[in-house]
Amino acid sequence: MKTVNLKVKRFDPATRKSKFQDYQVEVDDSAAVLDAIIEVREYQDETLAVRCSCRSAICGSCAMRVNGHAKLACMTKVSSVSPNGETIVVEPLGNAEPVKDLVADMGPFWAKVKQVQPWLKPSLPAPDREYIAPQEAMQDLVGAVNCIMCGACVSDCTVLEVDKNFIGPAALAKAYRFVGDPRETQTARDERLSQLSKYGGIWDCTHCYECVQVCPKDVAPMERILDIRRAAVAAGFRDNNGTRHSDSFARSVKHTGSLDEFRLLPESLGLDDIAAQLKFVPTALRAIAKGKVPSPLHHKRPGAEHVTRIFDEMEKE
Amino acid sequence: MYQHDVLVIGAGLAGMRAAIEASRMGADVAVITKVHPVRSHSNAAQGGINAAMGGEGSDDTWELHAYDTVKGSDWLGDQDSIEVMAKEAPQDIFELEHMGVIFARDEFGRLATRAFGGASKQRTFYVGDITGQALLHVMYEQLLKAGMRVYEEWFVLSLIKEEGECAGAVAMNMMTGDIEVIRAKAVIMAAGGIGRVYEPSTNGLICTGDGMALAYRIGAPMMDMEMVQYHPTTLKGNGALLTEGARGEGAYLINKDGDRFMKKYAPNKMELASRDVVSRSEAIEIQEGRGVDGCVYLDCRHLGEKLIRQRLGQIAELALEFANVDIVKNPVPIRPGMHYIMGGIKTNADGASYVPGLFAAGECANVSIHGGNRLGANSLLETVVFGRRSGKAAVEFARSKAKPVRISETMLVEQQKAKIQKLMDQPYPGYTSARVRLEMGKIMDKHVSVFRTEQGMKEAGDTILRLMQQYHKLSVRDHGKVYNWNLFSTLELENMLDVAEATCMSALARKESRGAHSRLDFPDRNDKEWMKHTLVYKAEGGPKIDYLPVVITQWPPERRTY
Repeated sequence: MKTVNLKVKRFDPATRKSKFQDYQVEVDDSAAVLDAIIEVREYQDETLAVRCSCRSAICGSCAMRVNGHAKLACMTKVSSVSPNGETIVVEPLGNAEPVKDLVADMGPFWAKVKQVQPWLKPSLPAPDREYIAPQEAMQDLVGAVNCIMCGACVSDCTVLEVDKNFIGPAALAKAYRFVGDPRETQTARDERLSQLSKYGGIWDCTHCYECVQVCPKDVAPMERILDIRRAAVAAGFRDNNGTRHSDSFARSVKHTGSLDEFRLLPESLGLDDIAAQLKFVPTALRAIAKGKVPSPLHHKRPGAEHVTRIFDEMEKE
Repeated sequence: MYQHDVLVIGAGLAGMRAAIEASRMGADVAVITKVHPVRSHSNAAQGGINAAMGGEGSDDTWELHAYDTVKGSDWLGDQDSIEVMAKEAPQDIFELEHMGVIFARDEFGRLATRAFGGASKQRTFYVGDITGQALLHVMYEQLLKAGMRVYEEWFVLSLIKEEGECAGAVAMNMMTGDIEVIRAKAVIMAAGGIGRVYEPSTNGLICTGDGMALAYRIGAPMMDMEMVQYHPTTLKGNGALLTEGARGEGAYLINKDGDRFMKKYAPNKMELASRDVVSRSEAIEIQEGRGVDGCVYLDCRHLGEKLIRQRLGQIAELALEFANVDIVKNPVPIRPGMHYIMGGIKTNADGASYVPGLFAAGECANVSIHGGNRLGANSLLETVVFGRRSGKAAVEFARSKAKPVRISETMLVEQQKAKIQKLMDQPYPGYTSARVRLEMGKIMDKHVSVFRTEQGMKEAGDTILRLMQQYHKLSVRDHGKVYNWNLFSTLELENMLDVAEATCMSALARKESRGAHSRLDFPDRNDKEWMKHTLVYKAEGGPKIDYLPVVITQWPPERRTY
């Protein structure tokens, strides 16, 4: 047995105020943070609210922030977050409104899952037996299907912090599960890729890796987002800032050996999209005033031809 | 007040499948659930789902599947229902595949199978070791596609019974504390199992027998409640489930001497004998001193890392996280642990209970597929086959009704309010609902478990009665309206105590050993007197026991060996 010191962020729905409350409980040496929380609510403070069920990292109920990062409380050992008896700080999921104590409002989370039309759109009529599909394709989807929709990735997503419109890592990983499914029709797949390429979709991820790091089931949502991007570009969905940004990036590096920052923004927006360009004029002016605008004169680096050659080799492959 | 043709209580696989079927038939359907649908415990099924598909290169037939199930049930399953399930299974598997389940494939891209306990042929379809999760999430996708009305995080307080028929439910919106009446022409109970009646259990904390208790209280009998399954491979420590699929893939059970002890108990099927047999064998090994710390071992080492990662990834993770064992390198300590209840609300093969208008499907129901012992991978199958059938039957029942409102809504709500207010007004008795539950769980695990005796079960029954009295003094100290766990867990305890009592009384009544009900004082199966179902009704002054004959179609009882 060992003593655990918990500092729990509690939200009172009546006053709509949050405060931290300290608890001390005795648990088994092998206990998870969830065991400590359950010990509190069962024997010390029955008013403490938390969602939890399976205790085996499969139901996805008990995602919360432990010492500042989203985790499944049931699979987070006390000994791993508090090796020397340090106080463990427990808070509800981020990027969500608290409902009561550790219970967060998952409504927006599910709304975004629904937004990607998360159901298979196979060719019809269905065969009498199963659709024939290669095991490799099914195995590839296991990674995404492993997602238990706990919300840890969404909690710690740095894009959602500033842009609530972002579909977010969980729903996009879910979308990959269909994009990558050989049973979907071409039409359905194209429609998905087209929708996902829009504002709020795959190109809004900034590759911060937080979701990959906090995912308790190794779904690696960001990798799934990159998978969808590759699929979208390959399928010809190129008319968007994300693809243009990536093209501009590659083009300048290929030909000059380094990034031409001056051209990056206008090329990402589309050189012919005057309206979009004009929107950035005030930002550009402020940047000029602060001396933050990169030089319009972009020089070829010595040895750039080698970079070009590498690009050519890669493109051949 | 809300009103629907069909109200489904519970959003696991059985509930969602029932709702989808009812919705396809054009009925106005709603689902009510105390947790978000994908949090349901169907998630926890790991190994797979059975069907005798036949087809090229396979000599499997529905009759063999049915026979294996009958034998697994120790001849307590109703053979007419078992035939229905075995015959309809392939079509339901194809439907799941069409819905999007990413079942494992063979080299031709067709559905692949793995071996499973108690089965004479390899007929278990699977998604790694996350089959339940894969199915549950796909069923939820279909629910979203259908645009189903879901009362999500609503807690059902009681069923409405009017003129002898079930007519809806009274429930609390857990997010606001508001109590509402939801009327329905037919209700489908699909609220899952009773795991928390036992401590420990492989089941989630939400498995509190709510559905059974609600049905029991409006007069629906429970059947074969003594039949409680102990799964042979639950993890030492937190009691987490390690799939039978591991043994299906070839893992061994060994004792402290490294001996594959199953050769003594089931020389033919070895580790893949049915669960009651394997759990008893383990219990004997442990009792006779050939275990370590109350456990024997599951040995996966010879399966190789690649197979383990691809097909048993989740249990590798569970063993590492919760027992600190790398199953690629070491045997993992396991023991029998409470896992499932074969018993439940007595229904026919269309899910109809003895109360008109009340249907049931999934673990809370007893269609009598599993009898005395459920075969692995038959439970997922049961949820989809009988979920679908009860959905259809409920709509047909609803169509025959034009139900006027009779009992006043205010009265229904006030009854529940008064009950809750009483819990809140009582002084703290010096113990919490969790303490009462723990005592119940421990006594059930001690005496109504793998091996049972008259004396032990009486002790358990007496303890439950005492705990029921303690329950009535409990105080709900959280008076808040929003997500009042204190209140819900107290109400769940009331449900669990009712179920525990029904289980104890049914177990005491059956004076023989059959399936999971293994009595040291009556060690043999007694077909002459006991090839019958136990029915238990809630009554004034304690549960009332009755019996019902087992339906035999083509498989008369045999000696059961594996």
